[in-house]
Amino acid sequence: MSIICDHVTYYYGKGTSDEVCALKDVSFQIKDGEYVGLIGHTGCGKSTLVQHLNGLLKASSGHIYYNGADIYDEDYRMKELRGRVGLVFQYPEHQLFEESVFKDVAFGPANLGLSKSEAELRSYEALKSVGLQDEYFYVSPFDLSGGQKRRVAIAGVLALKPEVLILDEPTAGLDPEGRDEILGLVKRLHQEGITIILVSHSMEDVADNAGRVIVMDKGEILMNGTPESVFTRIGDLEKIGLAAPGVTYIMHKLKERGIPVETGATTLDMAREEILRVFAG
Amino acid sequence: MIRDITLGQYYHTESLLHALDPRVKLTGTLIYIISLFAADNVTAYLVAALFLTAMIVMSRVPLSFIVRGMKAVAVILCITVIFNLFLTPGIPAFTLWKLTVTWEGIRGASYMAVRLTFLILGSSLMTLTTTPNNLTDGMESLMKPLKAIRVPVHEIAMMMSIALRFIPILLEETDKIMKAQQARGADFETGGIIKRAKNMVPLLVPLFISAFRRANDLALAMEARCYRGGEGRTKMKPLVYHRRDVIAYLVLVLYLAVIILAGKLGPL
Repeated sequence: MSIICDHVTYYYGKGTSDEVCALKDVSFQIKDGEYVGLIGHTGCGKSTLVQHLNGLLKASSGHIYYNGADIYDEDYRMKELRGRVGLVFQYPEHQLFEESVFKDVAFGPANLGLSKSEAELRSYEALKSVGLQDEYFYVSPFDLSGGQKRRVAIAGVLALKPEVLILDEPTAGLDPEGRDEILGLVKRLHQEGITIILVSHSMEDVADNAGRVIVMDKGEILMNGTPESVFTRIGDLEKIGLAAPGVTYIMHKLKERGIPVETGATTLDMAREEILRVFAG
Repeated sequence: MIRDITLGQYYHTESLLHALDPRVKLTGTLIYIISLFAADNVTAYLVAALFLTAMIVMSRVPLSFIVRGMKAVAVILCITVIFNLFLTPGIPAFTLWKLTVTWEGIRGASYMAVRLTFLILGSSLMTLTTTPNNLTDGMESLMKPLKAIRVPVHEIAMMMSIALRFIPILLEETDKIMKAQQARGADFETGGIIKRAKNMVPLLVPLFISAFRRANDLALAMEARCYRGGEGRTKMKPLVYHRRDVIAYLVLVLYLAVIILAGKLGPL
């Protein structure tokens, strides 16, 4: 069970004077239960790519398979796919519209055609899971703080009970505390068995938890592998306007100074272990 | 889907028409529209058609792109033609069920169809070859005499350019919110008219909020840069007439003369 992208190409504004090729022959596979980080510079096509995965955009050529079925088949049930592959957009708090938090979160499950009680149960669970206190359930979503709004918006997608959750820059515009909260939430959801695709341009966001990193540049996939293998290629990353996590730089600098550390560390914990190992030995 | 609207859009390319001063193009479009309604015989329309064809060729905008803008107004065009066809009194040509079509009706309907088509093509050619900024600059400059009777010309022009500037932004925003709601299973395409209108709420509420937020931000940004209206405000690129603009004015005068002459001579 997985998502397979098979030679997907996509053009914006096809047939006009400003036709842009947003995706060029993109192929990859995402397995059940994975935590994948999708990184790339602004405008590299990562948002365009994730909108293909739940059928919001249709590829100009190529195919996408979800659990073995081609989502471009005539009789494919797109609505069901959108329930299974949940997509949280950039600044998701801008899509809130209902008069109360609870009603807004229930919008998704109601659209799936669930009974009222089932929709309410799911909304309640989703709001609990993003850690919003009960006292906020019946206030207007517009009276909440920025971080709370974002958590409500994520709950709106979680209430669909997706098997795959895609988050497009979920930490954009949040303070460090809000960022840690959101990333912690995503990590917990992954541990509960949801497949995660986290889109970001920040390496630190991705390095801590992702089991695999896909790097995009100008609509193409440039690298696809473990965080350790991707982040050791600092030179290539810098060439496309990205950077490795801060600790990776420190490890490289240490090695340059003649301390025999392995430079593969991508998180603070890994770096500490490695440095302690060298100094102990 | 939502990006397919071409009416009032700018098509970027390099041509003589693109290079002309916006004031010339505005005046030209106005003269052309007046000429269309003044003309009432075949010769005059032939002249108008010839002029429009020449302009389209000179603009280097693909014909398919210009015609695409017609789609949006096709319905209005059809209704006008039908009304003219059946409701004009005169000598009957033939009877269709209870409706009588007159010779005058046929004449009036075909003239109206030609007029409206040319009018839309002509004015969309102007917006296709003029950037919105240039267009409002031209309008502001042409309307300057109205300042004498206390018309807030600069403010009107500023409001217009802001409105035009925000059309693509709001379109993009609409597209984004639509997708975000579709990702939550919203349906904007099926159902009866009432259901569809109801389904628009999740789209319209966030859109209005975002529009107000943007308006607020813009007002703040303008104040932060000491915007105080048009008094004493200079332009980075003031409009200056070149030789080609003078020639274009002469061509317009010539065109007007030919149209009037064609009207006087009557049908060939």
